[in-house]
Amino acid sequence: MSAPILSVRNISKRFGGIRAVNDVSFDVHKGEILGLIGPNGSGKSTLFNCILGQLKPTEGHCELNGVSTDGVRPAELSLMGVGRTFQQLSVFPKMTVLDNVILAGQEHEGSMLSRLFGESDAGLTRKAEQLIEFFRLTPYRDTEAGSLSYGQQKLVDAAMAFMAGPGIVLLDEPAGGVNLTMLAHLKERLQTYNREHGVTFVVIEHNMEFVMSLCTRIIVLAQGEIIAEGSPEEIRANQMVIDAYLGG
Amino acid sequence: MTRKQILFVVLGIAALIAAPLGQGNYIIYTMTSWLLFSIAAMGLNLTLGYAGQISLAQAGFMGVGAYVTALMTLAGVPWILAALSSIGSAFVVGLLLGYPALRVQHHFLAFVTLAFNTLLFLVLRNEEEITGGSFGLMGMERPTVFGISTDGNLNFYYFALVCFLVAAGIMWWILRSPWGRAFKALRENPIRAESLGLKVRRQTLLAFAIGSAFAGLAGALQSPLVQFIEPSSFALNHSLKILLMVVVGGAGFFFGPMLGAAVVILLPEILRFTEGYYLIIYALLVIVLMVYSPNGLIGAGQKIWSKFKPKHEARRDLEKGFQL
Repeated sequence: MSAPILSVRNISKRFGGIRAVNDVSFDVHKGEILGLIGPNGSGKSTLFNCILGQLKPTEGHCELNGVSTDGVRPAELSLMGVGRTFQQLSVFPKMTVLDNVILAGQEHEGSMLSRLFGESDAGLTRKAEQLIEFFRLTPYRDTEAGSLSYGQQKLVDAAMAFMAGPGIVLLDEPAGGVNLTMLAHLKERLQTYNREHGVTFVVIEHNMEFVMSLCTRIIVLAQGEIIAEGSPEEIRANQMVIDAYLGG
Repeated sequence: MTRKQILFVVLGIAALIAAPLGQGNYIIYTMTSWLLFSIAAMGLNLTLGYAGQISLAQAGFMGVGAYVTALMTLAGVPWILAALSSIGSAFVVGLLLGYPALRVQHHFLAFVTLAFNTLLFLVLRNEEEITGGSFGLMGMERPTVFGISTDGNLNFYYFALVCFLVAAGIMWWILRSPWGRAFKALRENPIRAESLGLKVRRQTLLAFAIGSAFAGLAGALQSPLVQFIEPSSFALNHSLKILLMVVVGGAGFFFGPMLGAAVVILLPEILRFTEGYYLIIYALLVIVLMVYSPNGLIGAGQKIWSKFKPKHEARRDLEKGFQL
């Protein structure tokens, strides 16, 4: 197996006396789609935020392509090739879909000064339009993102995460609040992108059906610890996972 | 820019050229004041309306610009060099203030900038040897541009108009560039913006410093306009006035500060016939506007326009046979 693109090493995060994440370690390899699941309060989002530099872990660290990301700000992580989406809608509502997607790529182009004196779109309109087309959002290219439906905004969010050509994308509950038709479309687009561009995904999700059909490997968290890891079939049959979800 | 927008801008410039013709000195002076305050408000609009950072120190930055220009022109330095120094000084002071101040946000930032404005006022009043203290500085000459003197009020109006148009052009350039997009992103969702690679602190600081530089230019024009400056012209109440201009016109709209400056400067003049009641009426009008349209006059205009505008179908996605 190739060297891991992302290594999580003994991450723990405490909030006062509460241990939200406890000594979690795993590797993510290039091209895989890893699912991170667990009941509410299992520490998924805390772990995500530790990986993405939004929270400082109490112990442990992460490595991106062998380089420690200790103390690295989210902006620098993005420049290192990490894309992400948020659990809550996180488009820029007053900007058009095109501007949202261009914005997602412009900080990766040229220098600060060239972004002031160069082209107004940083030369990214064509690439942004391709991504908009990829997510079948072309009719909404010039529509304010805030006026789109919830599901469409999730697609814009995903397009933004891909705009800078990241090596790995972390998706925080992409299926949350999205209807079934839309969900099937989102899943198909993610799988296509993974297949065509070799982009690695780490997905936090509550929707088991979505995770089982999308991911190639799944890690299950409960009470801040990893309780199971394996293929979707193995996870489906794992008694500890069933107990954790059903409270057995 | 669309053809309609270009036409609108050309007509606007033509109106600005024609407006002072045949007017008396007081009206021309008031219109020149409007141009200067529009420049200062444009700067605050970048900081507040686009980048979402509240500042109560815009008049302070105007003061920096006005005093630098006054001191330099009194020492015989040409206005253009003095004005460039004013812009640069306001930019640097903006950076120096913004670097620590922007660690805090919203009303905390407002208080930090308020403190700066008060501190600057005290420095200008107490450092008499340099600033003239409460007596201020006077006798600054108006510049001569390409051999044309701007001594007359009409000539100075046109000179200020050229400066205003250059400032507006620069602002338009900034806002249409990726920087402008980044500033808007800071206002709308800084956490998301950072996750996309935007260095939030640096970009916020730039918005603050560029906004201050615009105030520096306004101050550089105020010095030769009034030919007398003193600390109270740059006190906190003037910062609040510039904030009012941005909010009344419409924060985050390109033409908002210009419209707001027109209202804040011209409305009291128009209401003078009501004598002692003019401040009450003025305040009531502003309150009504803010209640009805927190996005200011431009926001109110858009609201009214949207009522008459034909509406597009709500679900274009269904047309495509794609239920999202």
